[in-house]
Amino acid sequence: MSYLEYTVKSVPTGLRKILYLNWPLVLLLIAVASFGFLMLYSVAGGGYSPWAEPQMKRFGVGLVLMIAVALVPIWMWRNLAGLGYAISVLLLFGVEFFGAVGMGAQRWIDLGFIRLQPSELTKITLVMFLAAYYDWLPAKKTSHPLWVLLPVVIILVPTALVLTQPDLGTAILLLAAGGGLMFLAGVHWAYFATVIAGGVGLVTTVFQSRGTPWQMLQDYQFRRIDTFLDPSTDPLGAGYHITQSKIALGSGGWTGRGFMQGTQSRLNFLPEKHTDFIFTTLAEEFGFIGGMSLLLLYSLIIVFCVISAVLNKDRFSSLLILGIAFNFFLFFAVNMSMVMGLAPVVGVPLPLVSYGGSAMLVLMIAFGLVQSAHVHRPR
Amino acid sequence: MRRSRAETDANHLKLSRRAALLGGAQLLFMGALAARMRHLQVDQADQFRLLAEENRINIRLIPPKRGEIFDRNGVQLAQNVPSYRIVMVREDAGDVREVMTRLAVLIDLSPEQMENGIAELERSAPFLPVTIAEDVSWDAVSAVSVNAPALPGVSPEVGSTRVYPRGSDFAHVVGRVGRVSQKDLDALEDPDAVLRIPRFQIGKINVEAREEALLRGVAGTKQVEVNATGRVMRELSRREGQSGADLQLTLDAKLQNYVQARLMGESAAVVMIDCEKGDIIANSSAPSYDPNLFIGGISSRDYDPLLVDKYRPLVNKTVQGAYPPGSTFKMMTAMAAIEAGIIGPDETVYCPGHLEVGGRRFHCWKRSGHGWVDLETSLKRSCDVYYYDLALKVGIEKISAMSNRFGLGIRHDLALSSVNSGLTPTKEWKLRNRAEQWVIGDTVNASIGQGFMLASPMQLAVMTARLATGREVTPRLIKSVNGIEQPIKGNARLDMNENNLRKMRKSMYAVVNDRRGTAYRSRIIADGMRMAGKTGTSQVRSVVVNNSEVPWEQRDHALFVGYAPYDNPRYAVSVLIEHGGGGSTAAAPVARDVMLQALYEGEPPLEAYPTADRGRIETLQRELRDVQPEAQVKKGKDQA
Repeated sequence: MSYLEYTVKSVPTGLRKILYLNWPLVLLLIAVASFGFLMLYSVAGGGYSPWAEPQMKRFGVGLVLMIAVALVPIWMWRNLAGLGYAISVLLLFGVEFFGAVGMGAQRWIDLGFIRLQPSELTKITLVMFLAAYYDWLPAKKTSHPLWVLLPVVIILVPTALVLTQPDLGTAILLLAAGGGLMFLAGVHWAYFATVIAGGVGLVTTVFQSRGTPWQMLQDYQFRRIDTFLDPSTDPLGAGYHITQSKIALGSGGWTGRGFMQGTQSRLNFLPEKHTDFIFTTLAEEFGFIGGMSLLLLYSLIIVFCVISAVLNKDRFSSLLILGIAFNFFLFFAVNMSMVMGLAPVVGVPLPLVSYGGSAMLVLMIAFGLVQSAHVHRPR
Repeated sequence: MRRSRAETDANHLKLSRRAALLGGAQLLFMGALAARMRHLQVDQADQFRLLAEENRINIRLIPPKRGEIFDRNGVQLAQNVPSYRIVMVREDAGDVREVMTRLAVLIDLSPEQMENGIAELERSAPFLPVTIAEDVSWDAVSAVSVNAPALPGVSPEVGSTRVYPRGSDFAHVVGRVGRVSQKDLDALEDPDAVLRIPRFQIGKINVEAREEALLRGVAGTKQVEVNATGRVMRELSRREGQSGADLQLTLDAKLQNYVQARLMGESAAVVMIDCEKGDIIANSSAPSYDPNLFIGGISSRDYDPLLVDKYRPLVNKTVQGAYPPGSTFKMMTAMAAIEAGIIGPDETVYCPGHLEVGGRRFHCWKRSGHGWVDLETSLKRSCDVYYYDLALKVGIEKISAMSNRFGLGIRHDLALSSVNSGLTPTKEWKLRNRAEQWVIGDTVNASIGQGFMLASPMQLAVMTARLATGREVTPRLIKSVNGIEQPIKGNARLDMNENNLRKMRKSMYAVVNDRRGTAYRSRIIADGMRMAGKTGTSQVRSVVVNNSEVPWEQRDHALFVGYAPYDNPRYAVSVLIEHGGGGSTAAAPVARDVMLQALYEGEPPLEAYPTADRGRIETLQRELRDVQPEAQVKKGKDQA
């Protein structure tokens, strides 16, 4: 139990809280998003429409939302964690039954004014709920089998629902984020070793199941794995994305071809160049230096988050900040591995840079929580 | 619960340790990403730069040629014709507005088209071609080509578009194609890449939509060399795709044309099927519309009248419509009772003009009653009380089961859109769908094809064919695919007492050929072509109306089902005239004309008709002789 053990007196109040935001982190977020605007302007052939302008507007809304979330005391958010998780799971059930089918997968619910992707929402609420859980749980029980089983169920319920949508990418992210949080909370390392060993066994089984009636993955997912292992087998079909992406990326060289000079993306060799593959365009036009700059900004975000978490004595706050940072890391790590041909194409966007509303807003809300934890930390 | 300060600190230390571990792992992974990036972008840069240059060789899809559609005799119903469009590339045009003004002098461009074109040019990438005008004439294409020096960035492109030469005759069978919409794409699990080609057309309704998989074909690919701006310099190699399959329908274009013309001015449906194979020879729904208007988008000036028309031209009434079958259903009630052994065909029932059931009085259409009637007399004179009586004895479940065996209440698997299954009600159905108990009056109403009972004209034609042959005739619409004859789906014996069926057919013969039969005036007198059938008049409202005095919407539907020749059935026909009044006056004459047209494979001689009708028929034949379908097939496109 946490917060009440500290004095609340020294916490800033009212709009003065804005002064106490983690400003370096805000500036880093703006810098990363600016990379996105620049690239979206470029892939549109030098135009604010159709992507850069809406993206800027959304980021503006996201900043406001972030500050609004930051102004609410972190203990309020902690108390809402259970409710948030319950709503996410209900919405995931909702998508299962009433969801629209977009790009071959049921992913969003049309609420009329916004298309809500419950799987996006779940990324935050799962982390929040687990952080609240470990905040509540006495530390010495953390590794007790029963108290390990409970969070495992908490993670697996939304993961299974997302997997049936089918959205393999998000399912893996949820699983990894949940596991990461359990690790941070101090669950004994032997559990992780067991799970990893089991995972290896499962992967083997899944591949054994291929072509049999009880096949465990969709055909398209198997095909993606195939082309990941050997993209040259199908250069015009499934392997096309990765091959083209690597060519565009590699041809960037040290300094790149220059802003708006990337031939690969401009000549439409690149698929999804404004969403999942936007990093390729960046690397083609700004080269190794451009790519490294973005990677550096990302790593700084992680570093600032970790520092903020370590300095925060509140267990819920620390866990939440670290969980969100890890989630954020998973996003860009998976996306970058994907475009560089290190991971299968699973459809994970590059956070804050790829075009897309739902994902960006959810991320900004998440950073709002990080800021709230920072502002309301025990002093 | 409070925890000690020391414990909290210890926990926080542990958390910080794990945070450092995980954070370190993250940084390590980022280091790996950086190394990979360096490997690709620095160590292998030259190699990839080379590949990128080679990437100038672009692979493009070639849209496959869509399969064409023919009638049973090879008359073309859907064909592909070349179409031309004018495109402009912003980068090459320079001053877009100036070029556009010059273009407008040469070809017919509306100010709206010009504005849309300029807006889209400014929106899209500078090197991408944007369509300015579609479906332009060959003259316009030559004008643009000749004046090319004055029109930088403007060029004609050739594509292919769908044309329906038989126009409105086949809108309700062949259907139509249209542009791929976002909705179409969303509905597909793994959309074919070819669907993303701009202006690609896919089937939207009926055969075009239901047989999309056969008609579309497989896209080919071509390798083209593009320059730095994306312009195609030359074609390097080409792998041909596979054209879509040509379909041959079972319909007869000539007969279909006659039926559509015959139904002019009515809201009606006619289905004719071949008794032996189940081939649908004619499937007409009137009024119809010209599907050519829809290709490339229909204007609201053309579309709005179709939407508000109370005759509903967009609805294919033969399969989408479900109507109370009225007295044409009486054969089913009788078959159920006779097959169950409840009454013999020759046993009689007394009709006093009404029947009291559960305190309610159900009238026969003839208030004075028919007296003692057996199967033949009751059918011939369409006595209602006979069937009320049979239905009360045999029960609704057996009646529904019997009509299912004759193809009512069953969704026939046809390559048409929104095929209705009709309804053969049961007690369980009412409880489930209406949350009410079945009452005896429901059975009485169902016995004469009223109440909950619903059937489509297609189902009624199938029912008649099965009655005529005693076989499970199954309708077939696709005769052959790429010249390969399609199997006949079902033709097994119905497993019913042949004597009973013979009695039923004899009774239907009497309906048309007996002086006192309800369809006597629509008989055929040519030898070996005699028709058997049954009239029906189904009430739209629950009160008996005088059809000439009430508005069109409230008049009764007129129905007729029949087959001919009586002793050697070749065709079965069903006719439905929405709000047409009586079956014997409105529907039976149409059925006779259509039947003779089919039997004689063209205009029948006047000798086939009773002497009294010949004058009138001659006039009608003259009127209908050269009615052509409505088809706006644009000229100028067919010259290639």
